[in-house]
Amino acid sequence: MGSRSSLLICVLVFGVVSALFTGHPESAWPLAQIDDYLLNILIMAGINVILAVSLNIVSGHTGQFSLGHAGFMAVGAYGSAAVTQIGGKAILNALSFLGGAAPTCVFVLSLFVGGSLAAVAGLAVGLPSLRLKGDYLAIVTLGFGEIIRVVIQNTEAVGGARGLTGIPSFTTLGWTWGLAAFCIYCVSALVRSTYGRGFLAVRDDEIAAEAMGVNTTKYKVTAFVVGSFFAGLAGALYAHLIGYITPEGFSFLKSVDVVVMVILGGMGSTLGVTVAACLLTFLNELLRQAEQYRMVAFALLLIVLMILRPQGLLGGIDRWIQARRNRS
Amino acid sequence: MKPILELEKVLVRFGGLVAVSAVDFHVGEGELVGLIGPNGAGKTTLFNVITGVYTPTEGAIRFDGQAVDGLPASEITSKGIARTFQNIRLFSSLSVLDNVVAAFNLHLKSGFLGALWRGRQFREQEREVRDEALQLLDVFGLKSAAHQPCRSLAYGDQRRLEIVRALATKPRLLLLDEPAAGMNPTEKVELMRLIRFTQERFGPAVLLVEHDMKVVMGICQRIAVLEYGRKIAEGTPSEIQQDRRVIAAYLGEEVVDA
Amino acid sequence: MNEFLQQLINGLSLGAVYALIALGYTMVYGVLRFINFAHGDVFMVGAFSGMYLSRWLKPLLGHWPEWLFAVVVLAGSMTFCAALGILIERLAYKPLRERPRLTVLITAIGVSLLLEYSGQLLFGAAPRGFPSLIESRSLPGLGELHATNIQAFVLTATALLLGGLHLIVMRTRMGLAMRALSLNPTAAMLMGVNTNVVISFTFGLGSALAAAGAIFYASLYQAIEPFMGVLPGMKAFVAAVLGGVGSLPGAMVGGLILGVVETLVVGYSKVLGIPPGYRDAVAFVILILILLFKPSGLFGKQQREKV
Repeated sequence: MGSRSSLLICVLVFGVVSALFTGHPESAWPLAQIDDYLLNILIMAGINVILAVSLNIVSGHTGQFSLGHAGFMAVGAYGSAAVTQIGGKAILNALSFLGGAAPTCVFVLSLFVGGSLAAVAGLAVGLPSLRLKGDYLAIVTLGFGEIIRVVIQNTEAVGGARGLTGIPSFTTLGWTWGLAAFCIYCVSALVRSTYGRGFLAVRDDEIAAEAMGVNTTKYKVTAFVVGSFFAGLAGALYAHLIGYITPEGFSFLKSVDVVVMVILGGMGSTLGVTVAACLLTFLNELLRQAEQYRMVAFALLLIVLMILRPQGLLGGIDRWIQARRNRS
Repeated sequence: MKPILELEKVLVRFGGLVAVSAVDFHVGEGELVGLIGPNGAGKTTLFNVITGVYTPTEGAIRFDGQAVDGLPASEITSKGIARTFQNIRLFSSLSVLDNVVAAFNLHLKSGFLGALWRGRQFREQEREVRDEALQLLDVFGLKSAAHQPCRSLAYGDQRRLEIVRALATKPRLLLLDEPAAGMNPTEKVELMRLIRFTQERFGPAVLLVEHDMKVVMGICQRIAVLEYGRKIAEGTPSEIQQDRRVIAAYLGEEVVDA
Repeated sequence: MNEFLQQLINGLSLGAVYALIALGYTMVYGVLRFINFAHGDVFMVGAFSGMYLSRWLKPLLGHWPEWLFAVVVLAGSMTFCAALGILIERLAYKPLRERPRLTVLITAIGVSLLLEYSGQLLFGAAPRGFPSLIESRSLPGLGELHATNIQAFVLTATALLLGGLHLIVMRTRMGLAMRALSLNPTAAMLMGVNTNVVISFTFGLGSALAAAGAIFYASLYQAIEPFMGVLPGMKAFVAAVLGGVGSLPGAMVGGLILGVVETLVVGYSKVLGIPPGYRDAVAFVILILILLFKPSGLFGKQQREKV
């Protein structure tokens, strides 16, 4: 799939999925009439896929271990909610000439605003963090994530510590999985190009990458910006799914959640990470009754995985497929 | 011969340690120059300064008449200096082919947006890069291993892949840091052939750090000798072989002032 | 001026806690070159073990002078955490000695989560009151300044612990081995230093200091919960970076500076125009500034990657 056919497939999947699952119970399509509970889980899975795949381009492909992904998600969530909830009426009125399409337009606008603000935040984090590696970078990104959270907590205009309520529920299955497909496409298309080999080169050896003319600074910042843009989108979708967001919901533990998905799926494997994000979403639901034990089990899993299989449960799957393709 | 690389009074200090001290040096266009000296003489540091890994504390470095000291390494590479590493630094998780492909980064016309849009220009570029990379690998006898992980290559092949990767940046000056290290005599002979061949076919000037005197004396047109960060001699291989200061540096004899 | 001195007193006792935790980060970094993410959670375990110890020992030793009782509880939880630290290293980190640092870091995050959520499972999520080992009294003779005997105890005990640590590191064979290992692991090993023993000892020592910090912290703030180690842990890490990771005096000074600055920012929030809610962001802002302008910290040595 060296050509644009993969893009076409993505658009096709997006079209079909959004047509089938508009998320409205009165939809004419029989498939759309699944119950709300399942629908929510499927949407959450999509959001988690976006989060995991977007963290993967930063940590997996470019090797910049980040613990601040929830911070970017928060920026996207609050940014988009500002458009629909705080500025909602005014914008809706301004767009009234669009008729029935107006709410959708507001939503699209809010997604765009959320993603872009998060991308700007990613740029702000990426630039000063460039000199750092490994555990230092992890701590600094964690610190940035916490700073974002503390700032939101102390900003009364967005509800402070109480959070922001009454966000319209615009998020549908179609939008979520459409954007998830878009995210997967973008990340894999970037990585699977001569240009994108730069990300992998930076991950493997920064000094050698520089010596081969790869501008490591530019690649790292690009990875951060792309990653946080999609994290922002995921945040925006999340805000418009749950309808209510608090700064606490985007704490360090949320970032760790995403990290676990990426590690489980295998750093640098888009397919593995996608599968892991879905699996973990469903597993979380199954274990909701045993909430207390769930995180203990995850923590143990993480430790055992690192000792026995650091490439992740599904890591290497991409390479295996690649190898088969080359053989044929 | 027009100099392509000029070093003027280059000095590198790490804390209190002066690793390279007031070195004047040049490499001419298409020339093959050797850089020798005992361990810790500052040869690799000099490489690192030329390629922008370190910034010289004092002095100037010019490439093709332009000052390059203080530029980021990738920018120096983009001007036409490429290198290999003493301790092999391949992109360990990539295939042999992808190691070479990654080094085409400088010459890409279609970047971020191209990779997303995948239009005609992008596809043509991808094909060209791949063909060119395979061709390079073919020239150096590595084509059959193109899709293997680079880690699985034999040691000598990994060194060769480092040279291929450096050539992919289309350099006008190639710095080879101890390319013969760890090779057996047959491989060394093959390496000498390879370096000569590289020059004939691709035409870059070559600056070679090497401990193996057979290799250095066998192929270099001119040799510079470093000791304790200073340049103590420079000349043709036969001149260097007779130089008393060089002999003293290597054998540890007292230098009798001539 | 009085108010400033008051803030300074409060800041120093908080800083003492940060310094004690920061030492653990720095020592472990010294010998293993990795950030023990779970260190803050060992601190949490220290607080809980202190709570249970004091409950169990109260009926037996209740008639002892209270400072002596406090010292017994302190010693007990330091021992417990030292054992925990050694156990964690043996089970989780030791199998990963030769692996990439990232793998170890992720494992450390796993250990951290494991301790936090096991804590939640065992102790419940709600904050618990920490028994007052020493009854709080104002120290007399300070004029308008207010300081408690607890603060005095914390500062004295910290000073003694730091003195003890200095003796261990500078005057014992084990301390010498630790320093050798942090200078050059390979050379130390070739010279007959038993790496495994030294690493275990370092983890034990660091964890014991964290437990001491936890008892002090809990005595000052009186409430403990399973996630209490997260923020102090991260802040202590910042303190370690501020002082220069790997440097023991650096960790002490960094801890004290951080405690004081944080307290001052809250105390003078009106004057500075920073809402007191930004308290938790102070440490991270300091961290980012240091890493940008003096990444080697106040006492650290700059390191260069070998090419």
